[in-house]
Amino acid sequence: MPLAFIVWAFAVVIVYVFLARLWWFPPPINQHGITYDQHFLSTLLVTGVIFFLAQLALGYVIIRYRDRGKPAVYSHGNNKLEALWTSAAAILFIGAVLASTRVFAGVHLARPPENALRVEVLGKQFAWSFRYPGPDGKFGRTDIKLINDAAGNPFGLDDTDPAARDDIVTSSLRVPAGTPVRLTLKSRDVIHNFFVRELRLKQDLVPGMEIPLHFQADKTGVYEIPCSELCGLGHHQMRSTLEVLTPEEFRKWEQAQLEQLRQLQQP
Amino acid sequence: MSSPVVHHAVHAAPKGFLRKYIFSTDHKVIGKQYYLLALFSVFVGMLLSVLMRFHMIYPDAKVSWFEKLWPTGAAGGIMTPELYLSLMTMHGTIMVFFVLTTAPQSGFGNYFLPLQIGAEDMAFPVINMLSFWTTFAALVVLLAAFFVPGGAPLSGWTAYPPLSAVGEIAGPGQGTGQTLWILSIALFCGASLMGAINFIATTIDLRAKGMTLMRMPLTCWAWFVTAILSLLGFAVLLAAGILLLLDRVAGTSFFLPAGLVVNDQILNHKGGSPLLWQHLFWFFGHPEVYIAILPGMGLTSTVLSVFARKPIFGYRAMVYAILAIGFLGFLVWGHHMFVSGMNPYTGIAFSVLTMTIGVPSAIKTFNWIGTLWGSRIRFTTPMLFALGFVSLFVTGGISGIFLGQPALDLYLHDTYFVVGHFHMIMGVAAIFGIFAGTYYWFPKMYGRMMNETLGKIHFYLTFIGVYAIFTPMHFVGVAGNPRRYADFKEFEFLGQLMPVHTFMTHAAFFTAAVQLIFLFNFFWSMKKGARAPVNPWEATTLEWTVPSPPPHDNFGGRLPEVYRGAYEYSVPGADKDYLMQNEPVGAAKTQE
Repeated sequence: MPLAFIVWAFAVVIVYVFLARLWWFPPPINQHGITYDQHFLSTLLVTGVIFFLAQLALGYVIIRYRDRGKPAVYSHGNNKLEALWTSAAAILFIGAVLASTRVFAGVHLARPPENALRVEVLGKQFAWSFRYPGPDGKFGRTDIKLINDAAGNPFGLDDTDPAARDDIVTSSLRVPAGTPVRLTLKSRDVIHNFFVRELRLKQDLVPGMEIPLHFQADKTGVYEIPCSELCGLGHHQMRSTLEVLTPEEFRKWEQAQLEQLRQLQQP
Repeated sequence: MSSPVVHHAVHAAPKGFLRKYIFSTDHKVIGKQYYLLALFSVFVGMLLSVLMRFHMIYPDAKVSWFEKLWPTGAAGGIMTPELYLSLMTMHGTIMVFFVLTTAPQSGFGNYFLPLQIGAEDMAFPVINMLSFWTTFAALVVLLAAFFVPGGAPLSGWTAYPPLSAVGEIAGPGQGTGQTLWILSIALFCGASLMGAINFIATTIDLRAKGMTLMRMPLTCWAWFVTAILSLLGFAVLLAAGILLLLDRVAGTSFFLPAGLVVNDQILNHKGGSPLLWQHLFWFFGHPEVYIAILPGMGLTSTVLSVFARKPIFGYRAMVYAILAIGFLGFLVWGHHMFVSGMNPYTGIAFSVLTMTIGVPSAIKTFNWIGTLWGSRIRFTTPMLFALGFVSLFVTGGISGIFLGQPALDLYLHDTYFVVGHFHMIMGVAAIFGIFAGTYYWFPKMYGRMMNETLGKIHFYLTFIGVYAIFTPMHFVGVAGNPRRYADFKEFEFLGQLMPVHTFMTHAAFFTAAVQLIFLFNFFWSMKKGARAPVNPWEATTLEWTVPSPPPHDNFGGRLPEVYRGAYEYSVPGADKDYLMQNEPVGAAKTQE
């Protein structure tokens, strides 16, 4: 008997916390984020109703059918009911996944435009590095033998390649707002995961693979990037940021970086 | 049946202590051994989780006995992140393999499968004994990882390479500790394969006269299908484990690609794929979820029917649902890999299959409610745990509908939402199944009743406790909290979630403490509980036709004959509200 009230109480509290959004997603910063949230909400609505009704029914039968001396009904079931709830569940569950395919396809099946800003993302225990191709639009040659984190060369850029000399390497990701960005994710040691909550995006970085990921951020601001695949003892400290700048700020920043590079490379 | 005389299951009662209690071939002794191994393991696993929860909210706390236990991992009494990760790895491994796989299948299954189908023992008693002692060796090898230089591994129970494959340059514990982990899992796979063959052969060959497949209790169906899952799943995990071991010790590159630079060292590997491990691991890993939960589902069905005094609603639908879950369970492993870099089209295919498996799970839930509808419920402790199982199964299953969609997984993957989801369903729902089984079968196993008052207190406090621990995980998951973080100090957004973590940690302390009530009740009742009659719950299945505890050969040399299904309660016209499976026809008319 008390069990029914406990079950109901938990059902009410859980539904309340989700409705009141006591803990929730950060606001989205692009169209994908808005679409994501809409789909999350419709899933929440459907599952929330099922969840609540199921717990309600469980509590109800617990109270209603406690032993009050009345004999139990002798029944082995009802095939019509079985067919009904089987098909209802099938339609609901498969419908949900088909509806969501659009959201997934927008991220992984649609191609980014040709003029998207390209950035390479490199994960290593326990830091992020980002590489921009520079004015020539080409990522220069790299060689793992040249990797030197202390000297600021986590990618192993080969300076004998002219295309490598203008590559900008940073430890946080800066992108202009409203511009498509195409990332290439790489790891040089173990698996890491690139996650930006505000973008509603998450993708593993797998050694031996170059995984493409594209997005466009529309709202300027600084957003945290937590590594989201266990990578070792410093996993919880593997942090960087995504800084969404206005296009003007971004251009200035890029120029400043290139200027710095030129000064460093002068003999 | 080609051979009318069954010789292979018969063996005389042993005399000496060693053959009777240690190296016994009696399925009942082996069942208890498995159960006690799982009981030991669950308390170790729980202790580790309490330490983890402590560290999450007090990462800088100085506790002198930490240093005594882990002189390097907690030098100065402060737990390091690597120690946290090794506790997490060991917690997951112990719970998944040595508790959730061991107790419901190898423990209860061993003890009650022969009794429920009317057999004198398992089909291969010696293999049964070997299987237990191999499991025991696997546990010893695993726990030994705590005591080797570098300590226990930190790559999680999933042991993804390259982290798990490149040795100690990837972190402390990744040397000897990780090697021991793989050896332990390989041993465990071998033990599970032996067990699986035994369960399958026993179910197919040793059913008593009249025990048709469609008269078997749903527990037997669950053990049977679970055994098939074990046979197919553990075989693949064993192969994967051997390949991983070769990558570590023999310089092969199954899972390691070219161009690895770990800890500033260039590694000489090429041609392997880290994703290959994930495919092999989850090909086992997802069926493993059902290995853990199916026996609990079978038991919940039985216990609900017994204490509702009503036949199971839709027995055939329940059988088909178990079979469907077993089959589909092998087609959904890719939903663990939506963000792994796998081809996105594959992700969509896996998600459709994943949602399909929700259908038989929903059928089971509907049928449980259907069983309770119009019933006459007796609120015993096993019944409370079975009802709790249904509630937790719904809660844990619902969040699966979010995670099964690759679109939503783009954010929720590897957050606490996932941790909450699988703990609800595979963790505590399965554990509630084990508790229900313990309170239900304890009288048969030990010949004494467990204390009902303590049992009920244990149930209510645990039920509240587990909801309090695992529900908030979904909330912080929605806020984006990544899992497997030793502490939450580095990130601004995680700092805001600390009050929730503090709450969960305290709920975990509370729930862990409550389990001492169970422990006390278990051992106290073993010695001091009221004597159990043959059939204390007025249940219909065959184990309740023999003395509590049953004699060595189960049925006293005369195998029972079965006349009806396993759930004949409240049959109109019968003189009592249950009909035993072996009660000759004529007592009352029943449906087939």
